Amino acid sequence: MTAAAERTDDLTALYQEIILDHGRKPRNSRLVEQASCTAQGNNPLCGDRVTVSARVSPDGFIDDLGAEGRGCAISIASASLMTDVLKGRSIDDAARVFRAVQGMCTGTHDPDHAKTLVSPELADGIDRLAALSGVRQFPSRVKCATLAWHALVSCLEGRAAATTEPGHAQPDHVQP
Amino acid sequence: MTAAARKAAMATTFDPVAVRCDFPILARQVHGKPLVYLDSAASAQKPKAVLDAMTAAFETEYANVHRGAYLLSERATVNYEAAREKVRAFVNAKEPAEIVFTKGATEAINLVAATWGRANLKPGDEIVLTELEHHSNIVPWQLVRDQTGATIRVVKIENDGGVPTTAFAQVIGPRTKIVALAHVSNVLGTILPVEQVVEMAHAVGAKVLVDGCQGIVHESVDVQSLGCDFYAFSGHKLYGPNAIGVLWARRELLEAMPPYQGGGEMISTVTFERSTWAEVPAKFEAGTPPIVPAIGLGAAIDYLSQFDRAAVAAHERDLLSHAMHRLSEVPGIKLVGTAQRKAAVQSFVLDGAHPHDLATVLDRSGVCVRAGHHCAQPLMAALGHTATARASFGIYNTTADVDALIAALHKAREILL
Repeated sequence: MTAAAERTDDLTALYQEIILDHGRKPRNSRLVEQASCTAQGNNPLCGDRVTVSARVSPDGFIDDLGAEGRGCAISIASASLMTDVLKGRSIDDAARVFRAVQGMCTGTHDPDHAKTLVSPELADGIDRLAALSGVRQFPSRVKCATLAWHALVSCLEGRAAATTEPGHAQPDHVQP
Repeated sequence: MTAAARKAAMATTFDPVAVRCDFPILARQVHGKPLVYLDSAASAQKPKAVLDAMTAAFETEYANVHRGAYLLSERATVNYEAAREKVRAFVNAKEPAEIVFTKGATEAINLVAATWGRANLKPGDEIVLTELEHHSNIVPWQLVRDQTGATIRVVKIENDGGVPTTAFAQVIGPRTKIVALAHVSNVLGTILPVEQVVEMAHAVGAKVLVDGCQGIVHESVDVQSLGCDFYAFSGHKLYGPNAIGVLWARRELLEAMPPYQGGGEMISTVTFERSTWAEVPAKFEAGTPPIVPAIGLGAAIDYLSQFDRAAVAAHERDLLSHAMHRLSEVPGIKLVGTAQRKAAVQSFVLDGAHPHDLATVLDRSGVCVRAGHHCAQPLMAALGHTATARASFGIYNTTADVDALIAALHKAREILL
């Protein structure tokens, strides 16, 4: 394969149909009613923002999950896929999937390895989230793919804000 | 054509293709494609003359300045002060003492806000800014507003990104103490009517600070004929190194302003009871200054001075009009910033694609553009965009660069839409 073809492949791997589709038509792009927790993710360097809200049952299941915001195709698609895959799953599942996604985006885990980190019924979800692993060839875009996930972790941990930049947490951006 | 006419024509022609050879980085490829650098408004590339001057300063004449009684320190001092004189001549300041070296334009504006601002602003006073300012000409004024009780008033822009003098007239009034405005918008390329604003501001006794980061790059600047009170710019956008900026202010203003930072260099005498300040500009240059970056900036000014700057400006205007024309031919592209008076900076958006995605795809074609809010979030809010893509042109860009951008945009449409 020529170098030029490889580069086009990088781009088509990044902008797969599933990413473009979720980027254009994000699922669960809303604030959850009677949310038990809400957090905002903020990338102050590019201005991308996402608000993640969840309704968590007393036994630790995410009964409803929403993510709405503004940003590039990668960050919107990542948020959308996240809500699709994690709605109805437990908080523990969410933590495992977060680590799997982080690994796939930074290139430390391939999708097959990522599947071993989660319960078997989430393998299908990892297959879909593997679309995000295209960012591994684009270091400056990894933050786009992980923004909503950091906000989710903050949300479930009861913190109000997440940021992709250490030291940039902006209390005034926190949703009431 | 007579020999005299030919000579006159030679003096006003400018050959960007020859200029490209002066910039070593332009020979490299990115992602296997020739580099098409369209982000000079963020930071310009450096000619070899600048790199050589800095290397020579480090290799042959480096020591701290204004201190040592030995040859190297004397030579470093002479070179550092020679750079100050080059800047003076470049902006036509009255004397080198009016040139304060800072670490950048941001520090220059912070210096004015913190010293002039704190000494002169009080509750009821108004600071006038425009909607298109860079964060570095907004946030320092918010800090001093909060310290002094002054208020900030904002001049609105028009839909095309222009800021007519009538918009300033609506906001400048008897309470105005300072007007701080960009010479040229870093996002839209709009050239602001600085001379008219100066007249209006001075008529009510207000000072004018000009953020010249983009302005000084695209046209020659004469601070005396502009008539403003402060002019700030950075070295790295002017083909010089980073970590060097300039604040120009008239001597009497600098003398009346309290110091910015305390330390070595800026004092006359120090006891534990009290200290007295050095003369300007040393009063504002606490600590070891950016010696070699200043020498590099001097070399950048020397480099630029070999060209007829009017011819360079004409070349950049041609590039801009070629870019605006060709961009408007791409389906779905909307130009952002189409004011009548513009420098070679063009923002745009593509329907259905976020600017970051666009920039990523363009990069794989070797085309470097900026995407995002360009450190101008209030402007983005006023325009109704969260982000734009921006192509900005420098002395080394050619119409071939514009054409490469257009070809890459067509490819981006295929991938993203």
